[in-house]
Amino acid sequence: MSELNSALEHPTYNYKVVRQFTVMTVVWGIVGMLVGVLIAAQLAWPALNFDLPWLSFGRLRPLHTNAVIFAFGGCALFATSYYVVQRTCQVRLISDKLAAITFWGWQLVILSAAITLPLGITSGKEYAELQWPIDILITVVWVLYAIVFFGTIAKRKTGHIYVANWFYGAFIIAVAVLHIINSLAMPVAMDSFQAYSVYAGTVDAMVQWWYGHNAVGFFLTAGFLGMMYYFVPKQAERPVYSYRLSIVHFWALVAVYIWAGPHHLHYTALPDWAQSLGMVMSLILLAPSWGGMINGMMTLSGAWHKLRTDPILRFLVVSLSFYGMSTFEGPMMAIKTVNSLSHYTDWTIGHVHSGALGWVAMISIGAMYHLIPILFGRERMYSIELIYTHFWMSTIGTVLYITSMWVNGILQGLMWRAYNQDGTLTYSFVESVAASHPGYIVRVAGGAIFFFGMLVMAYNLYMTSRKDVELQAAPAVASAA
Amino acid sequence: MMDINDLRGLSTVFLMVAFIGLCFWAYSSKRKKEFDDAANLPFADEKLNQETMKEESRHG
Repeated sequence: MSELNSALEHPTYNYKVVRQFTVMTVVWGIVGMLVGVLIAAQLAWPALNFDLPWLSFGRLRPLHTNAVIFAFGGCALFATSYYVVQRTCQVRLISDKLAAITFWGWQLVILSAAITLPLGITSGKEYAELQWPIDILITVVWVLYAIVFFGTIAKRKTGHIYVANWFYGAFIIAVAVLHIINSLAMPVAMDSFQAYSVYAGTVDAMVQWWYGHNAVGFFLTAGFLGMMYYFVPKQAERPVYSYRLSIVHFWALVAVYIWAGPHHLHYTALPDWAQSLGMVMSLILLAPSWGGMINGMMTLSGAWHKLRTDPILRFLVVSLSFYGMSTFEGPMMAIKTVNSLSHYTDWTIGHVHSGALGWVAMISIGAMYHLIPILFGRERMYSIELIYTHFWMSTIGTVLYITSMWVNGILQGLMWRAYNQDGTLTYSFVESVAASHPGYIVRVAGGAIFFFGMLVMAYNLYMTSRKDVELQAAPAVASAA
Repeated sequence: MMDINDLRGLSTVFLMVAFIGLCFWAYSSKRKKEFDDAANLPFADEKLNQETMKEESRHG
C-alpha cells in the first residue's frame, strides 16, 4: 500500500524492462555475430561445418540472420522504444506486467528459433523461416507490445507525440501486418511443425519480398530511425535539426517503402511492370532516406567539436554515414541493369552488412552506451577508453567486410556473364568460387573484429553494472584544437 | 468511360497533392512554435528521470 502511495506521489518510469532488454541486446548481439563469424569462416574453409548437419551453413545462416535481426535488433528496439515512449510522453508504461510478458515472450521466441533452426525446421522463407507454432507466439507477443506502446502514448502527459514515437509506432504496426500476411500457412498436421504457405508460385515470391523488403524498411529502418530521433539529439544535447523535416521524412518514408519489394525479383517470372514499379519506387526512396540522414547529421551543426571527445556520439554519427551510404547503394542496385550484374553475388551481402553492421548495429551500440549508465544508476560508462576501442573495432570491421564483398560481388558478376565468341561461358561456376576465396578470408577478419568489439562492450557493461567498482578516469581531452 | 488506368492516374495525382499539402502544413509559420516545442520534448522530463533513478537506488 505504501508503495502504491509513493508511486502516486512520485510518478516514476519503468526502467526494469528497459534494463532487461538492454542486457539481452548485448548478449544476443554476441551470440548472433559469433554464428555469423562461424558461417563466414565456413565459406572460406568448408571443413568448419565438421560434417554435422546441425552446424551446416544452410541451417546456421538463418540462425545468424534471425539472431542478429530479431534477437539483437529486436531487443534493442524493445529497450529503446519502451524508454523513449516513457520519457517523451512523461508517463510510466501502461502496464509493468504486460511489459514483462513481452520481455519473457520475446526471449522464448528467440530460444525456439535457436532450437528449431539448427534442427532444420524451417518454412524456407527468408527472414521468416520460423514455423507456424512460433509464428503464432510472435503474433501474441507483438500484439501485447502494441498494447503497451500505444496504451502508453494514449495516456501521455504531453500534448504532442514526439517524432521518434511515430517511427516506433509505424514499425510496430507494419511488422504486425507483414508478419501475419506473409506467415499465413496451412499446417500438414496439428502435431507437425511442417506447414505450406497459402500462396503459390509467383504470388508467393511477391508476398515474400513485399515482406522481406519491408522487414528492412520497417524493422531495420523505421524502428532505428525512431532511435536516431531521440538519441542523437539527446547525446548531442541539442534538439533535432528540423522538426518539420522530420514530419515530411516520416510520411514520405512510410508511403514509399511499401512498394520497393519487387526489386528483389528482377528478371524473374514476376510481370515486367511490377519489376519496373519496384525499381522506380526504390529510386524515389533515396529522397526520404537522405532527408532523414541529413536531419540527423545536421543536428550536430555548430557542435561538431563534440565528436572529438564523445565516442558515443561518434557511434551515432558514423552509423548515419553508413545509413546514407547504403541507402544510396540500395536504389542503385535496384536499377535493373545494375541488378543484372549485382544480383545473386556477394555484392548483395556487402550491401546488407553496410546497413546491418554500419547502420543498425552501430546506432544501437551508441544508444546502448547512452542508456546503460542511466539504467544502472551510474554517472557514465565504466571506461570511456574502451568505448573508443569498440568504436574503432566496429568501424574497421565494417569497412573490411563491405569492401571485400564489393570486390567479390563485382568479380563474380563479371565472371558469370563473360562468354566466348562461340557463345559458351568463359568461366565455370566453381572458378568464380575459387576466385572469391581471398575476399572470404578478409570478410572473416572484418566480421571477427566487429564481434570482438561486442565482447569489449560486454565487459564495459558488466563493470558499469557493478556498484562496487569505481569508474575509470575519463581519458584526458586532447588539448590541440 | 473510366477504366482502371484512370484510377491509377488519379491515385498518383492524389498522392502528389497529399505530399505537397503535407509540406505546406509542416512548414506553415503558424505551426512553427508548436514544432519548436515538440523538438524540445527529449529535454523536458529530467525531473522524472531523476525521480526514477532515486527510486531505483533506494530499492538497490
